[in-house]
Amino acid sequence: MNFDAIAQNLPLYAAGALTTLKLLVIALAAGLVAAVPLAVLRSRPQRLAHGPVWLFTYAVRGTPLLVQLFLIYYGLAQFAVVRESVFWPWLSSPWFCACLAFAINTCAYTTEIVAGAIRNTPHGEIEAARALGLSAAQVMRRIVLPSAARRAIPSYGNEVILMLHGTSLASVVTLLDLTGVARDVNSRFYIPFEAFITAGALYLAITLALVGLFHAAERRWLAHLAPRR
Amino acid sequence: MNPDNDAGPPTLQVTDLHKRYGAHEVLKGISLTARRGDVITIVGSSGSGKSTLLRCLNLLEQPHQGTLVLDGEALQLVPDRDGSLRARDAHQLQLWRARLAMVFQQFNLWQHMTALENVIEAPIQVLGLSRRDAIERGRALLERVGVGSRAAMYPAHLSGGEQQRVAIARALAVEPQVMLFDEPTSALDPELVGEVLKVMRDLAAEGRTMIVVTHEMGFAREVSNHTLFLHQGRIEEEGDPREVLVRPRSVRLQQFLSGGLK
Amino acid sequence: MLHGYGASLLEGLAVTLGVALASLAVACALGLAGAAAKLSRRPLLAGAAGVYTTLIRGVPDLVLMLLVFYGGQVFVNHLAQGFGSDGYVDIDPFIAGVLTIGFIFGAYLTETFRGAFLAVSAGQREAGLAFGMSRWQVLRRITAPQMLRHALPSLSNNWLVLVKSTAIVSLIGLNDMMQKAQQAAGTTREPFVFYAAAALLYLLITSVSELGFGWLDRRSARHLVRPRS
Repeated sequence: MNFDAIAQNLPLYAAGALTTLKLLVIALAAGLVAAVPLAVLRSRPQRLAHGPVWLFTYAVRGTPLLVQLFLIYYGLAQFAVVRESVFWPWLSSPWFCACLAFAINTCAYTTEIVAGAIRNTPHGEIEAARALGLSAAQVMRRIVLPSAARRAIPSYGNEVILMLHGTSLASVVTLLDLTGVARDVNSRFYIPFEAFITAGALYLAITLALVGLFHAAERRWLAHLAPRR
Repeated sequence: MNPDNDAGPPTLQVTDLHKRYGAHEVLKGISLTARRGDVITIVGSSGSGKSTLLRCLNLLEQPHQGTLVLDGEALQLVPDRDGSLRARDAHQLQLWRARLAMVFQQFNLWQHMTALENVIEAPIQVLGLSRRDAIERGRALLERVGVGSRAAMYPAHLSGGEQQRVAIARALAVEPQVMLFDEPTSALDPELVGEVLKVMRDLAAEGRTMIVVTHEMGFAREVSNHTLFLHQGRIEEEGDPREVLVRPRSVRLQQFLSGGLK
Repeated sequence: MLHGYGASLLEGLAVTLGVALASLAVACALGLAGAAAKLSRRPLLAGAAGVYTTLIRGVPDLVLMLLVFYGGQVFVNHLAQGFGSDGYVDIDPFIAGVLTIGFIFGAYLTETFRGAFLAVSAGQREAGLAFGMSRWQVLRRITAPQMLRHALPSLSNNWLVLVKSTAIVSLIGLNDMMQKAQQAAGTTREPFVFYAAAALLYLLITSVSELGFGWLDRRSARHLVRPRS
C-alpha cells in the first residue's frame, strides 16, 4: 500500500477533521439549546404540551438523516417562495443546510433523552421540594433539571458519538469534512484503502477521545450514584 | 461412618474430599458414606463449606482431591487445567448427575417452562423417556407433592413454597438414587417453610436416600439419622442428631447451636 | 401528485427492505459469533471480538461503506487481473451494502446477544447441568429460548437504526428508495415532494416495525406478565 500520497495530504486531512469538529460542535450546541425547553414540554402530562413535541421527535427519529439533509438542501430549493426569500443565501449554502439538518436531528434525539431523564427523577425529591415551598418553576430549575442533566450523561455521550458519525454525510453535499477529504484523495490518487483507512483512524481517535471525556464526566457528575467505597 | 444404619452396602461413598479457592482451602478432607434410606443432614455456619461439599458431590464444583463412588462405580476424575479434578468422561458425568438429583436454595426452575414442563425435561432429555411416559410420571409427582393443580402454570406465578415443591418433583422425576438438597428452605418465607419440610419428611419416611444441607435443626433432629457438623472445612462432629444436636460434645457445635457461631 | 413515480418509489421500498433484511441476517450471524467469542474463556477470541466492536463503533457507516465499495473494486480487479482477465469488474452495490451494514451491526448485536445470554440466570443453567443435561442441551433447551426475550428491546432498537442506515447505500448506486426518489426529483424538478414521500415511507417502515416488536415483546414475556390469581 502506498501511504506517500496520504503523507503529502496530511494537512488536508487535518483541515477535514477540523471541519468535522466544527460541524459537530455547531450542531450539538444548537440542538442542545433547543432540546431543553422541548424536553420540559415533552415531559408534561398535557396532550397539548407533549403532543407536538412528540410528533417532531417521532418524525425526525423515524427517518434517516440523509433524507432530512436532502429535504433541506435539495428539497427547499423547489419552492420559489424560498428561492426569493431573504433566507436564500443561507438555505442554498451547503454549510448552513448541513448544520441545520444535523442540529434538527440531534435536537430530536436529545429531547427524548432529556425528557426521559426528567421523567426518571425520583418522585420523592420533587415532593420534598414542593413540601418546602418551592414554586413549580423553581422545582424544575433547581431540582429536576440538574438531576436530569446528570442522569442523561451516559445516553447523551452516546448521542454525541452518533452525531460525530452523522457529520460524515456532509461530504454528500460537497463539504470537505474528514470523509469528504478521503473521497477527494481517493478520486485523485485511486488509493481507496489508504484514503479511507486514514479517515477511519482519525474518526476512531476522535471517538475514543470523546468516550474518555464522557467517562470522566460520568465519574465526576454521577459520583453521587456510584456504589460507596 | 454411621453405625446407625445397617441397610446394606454404601450407595454413595465420598473419601477425603479437598477443595480450595486459590490459596484458601474450603474443604480439608471430608469423608462421608450414605447407605440406602439414610437421611444425612449437614449443618454449620456460613463459610463452613457445607454447600461446597454438596456441590462437589455432583461436580458442580470441582474438588482438588478425593474420590466419589456411587453404587460401587467410581466417578473417573482427571486433573484439570487449574489443578482441580474434572470428570474424565462427559457422558459418565451426565449419567452420574442423573442418579443424584439436586434441589437448590433458589429453586432454579426454568422460567420459560410450565411446572409440568420443568418436571418432564430431564426425563426426556437425559433419560430418554417418551414424552407421554414423562408427562404421566410428571403429573403423578406434582400431585404427590401437592401442586398438581399448578401443572400448567409458570414458575413466576407460583409462590416460593409451590416453586420449591415443583423443584422437588423435578428431582424425583429422574428417579435418583440419592437426592441432594442445598438449603431448600432458606429462601422461603417462614410460613411457607412448613409445606416444603412436610414433603421432605414424607420422602424420608418412604426410605429415600437424602443428603440435606440445612439450618432447620428441628428437621435434622426429627427426620435425619446422621448429622455432620462442619466447621471451617472439617467435620467437627458427627453422629445421630438426637445425640449430636441435643448433647453436643464439641465446643464449637455448642456455640453454633446456641446462636453464637454465625 | 407523484407524477406517476409512485410505483417506482414502491420498487425502491422493496429494495430497501431487501437490503435491510439481508443485512440483519448477516448481522445476527456475526453478532452470535461475536457474543460467543466475547463469552468464551479464551483471551485471544475475546480480544478479537473486542477489537471488532471498538472499530465499528469508532468509524462512521459511510466511511466503512466507501472503503468496502471502492476498496473492494480495487481488490477484486487486482484478483481478476491476476487470473488474466482484462475487463473491469464491478462490485454489486447490493452486496457491498449488505456486507458493510451487516458487518457494522454485527458489532452492535454482539453486545445485544452477550447481554441477553448473561441475563438468563446462571442458576437455571446450573440446574440443567445438575440434572445431567449436556452443555449443548442446556444451551438449546434452557438458555437460547430465554435469550430472545432479553434480546428483543436491543434487537428492535438496532433494527430501526439499521433500516435508516440503508439509506446510504444509495450513495454507491443502489436502486433503493433514496435513489428512486433522487431520480424522480431530477426529472420532475420537485425534490421536496419525493424526499418527503421517501421520508413517509421510512416512517411507515419504522412504525410497523415498532408495532411488530411490541407484539413480539408481549408474546415472549407472557410467562411472566400475567398477575397471580
